[in-house]
Amino acid sequence: MMHDVILVKNLTKSFGGHTVLKNFSAEIPLCGVTVIRGASGAGKTTLFRLLLGLEKPDAGEILGMQGRKPAVVFQEDRLLPWSNALENVALGSDAARADAALSRLGLCDSMCQLPRELSGGMKRRVAIARALAYGGDIMFLDEPFTGLDEENKRIAARAMLDANVPILVITHDDAEADLFGEYCELVID
Amino acid sequence: MPSKRKLLQTALIALIYLAVWEAVSLLVGKELLLPSPLSTLSRLVVLLTKGESWLFSGLTLLRIMSGYLLGVVSGVLLAVLTARSRFAEALLAPLRAIVKASPVTSFILLALLWLSSDMVPLFISFLMVVPMVWTATAEAILQTDSRLVEMGRMFGLGRWQIVKKIYVPSVLPQFLAACTTSLGFAWKSGVAAEIIALPQQSIGYMLYQSKLRIETVDLFAWTLMIVALSMLLEWVLIRSMRRIRHDA
Repeated sequence: MMHDVILVKNLTKSFGGHTVLKNFSAEIPLCGVTVIRGASGAGKTTLFRLLLGLEKPDAGEILGMQGRKPAVVFQEDRLLPWSNALENVALGSDAARADAALSRLGLCDSMCQLPRELSGGMKRRVAIARALAYGGDIMFLDEPFTGLDEENKRIAARAMLDANVPILVITHDDAEADLFGEYCELVID
Repeated sequence: MPSKRKLLQTALIALIYLAVWEAVSLLVGKELLLPSPLSTLSRLVVLLTKGESWLFSGLTLLRIMSGYLLGVVSGVLLAVLTARSRFAEALLAPLRAIVKASPVTSFILLALLWLSSDMVPLFISFLMVVPMVWTATAEAILQTDSRLVEMGRMFGLGRWQIVKKIYVPSVLPQFLAACTTSLGFAWKSGVAAEIIALPQQSIGYMLYQSKLRIETVDLFAWTLMIVALSMLLEWVLIRSMRRIRHDA
């Protein structure tokens, strides 16, 4: 059954004796943009990983993620160093979609370049283009604008909104959150 | 293509070595102990005109390369197995340590009891290559960035796609380096096995005969043949690897 919210119930997760999330519950709407906030180390990325199924909770459950196809921008770029920008973006899609996503983010002239030949901001845009080209039905963005200038932040946010899928985004920066227009806020403390 | 300058440099270095060899040979003054470069090269030319020299070299090459290729394939399979399973690693690690630590001659003598003389060089080359390729490849598999693997899974790559697009390119540099290093070991230990096992049609047999008849010039000529074949093999391997890296 598909939910219109992601239900997080009493989630607990520890790493090596250190509890990152304790009995955390929330309802995350599956429409529009939800900004996840919290102090450093509060467990924002851990919550992301639990929602994506990359970690298993010690206790609690998550409902509403089954059968979904998430497109992810990880906190790190995670580009294949041996593949050029186009190949990296086409990893989960095809060359045509990858070409369109890279062009949208202003990387037409850098498609054949390897990650080591790109600047930090360009690599970040390649990682965003990969998520856009993938065509997921929900977007998970962990600090997606790291290293981008204001103009490119606006272009990237617009491209993500145009994908017209629910967006979950972790950001510390109010100005970056505002790039998405209206949004719900989920605070982890 | 190598530049003219590089060719000239290589020729100059070869000339320096030949001059030193000639000087030491003149100093020693006995062909029986140290033949001159000229007599060695003349003997090599004579050997090269004989059909049996080509046959023996070809058979030596066949034995050693069969062991080498078998060793590379087995090394990769063992690397995948031990990188994936801790139990397999714990089970097989002592075996790898024994093969690495034991003197090659011990294995040659043991292999003589178990195998025909023709198979001993093949087996020994195999045995030298397996642990080198195994260790390097297993380490490279374990060092593959797990975050990239996780990313691949998130973007819908299946198991084989992850192997092809993430593991293979990540492991390739260390694997190819191990292949190049182990080729030299396979070649040296294979010829040593031939000298002890004495398969009738082999370079090792000819080396042994030269030693037995105290034909030092022949000994040097056959050694030169081994060096030339080894360099040729390494050249072919490095060129193939450049192509594999480029294609990957």
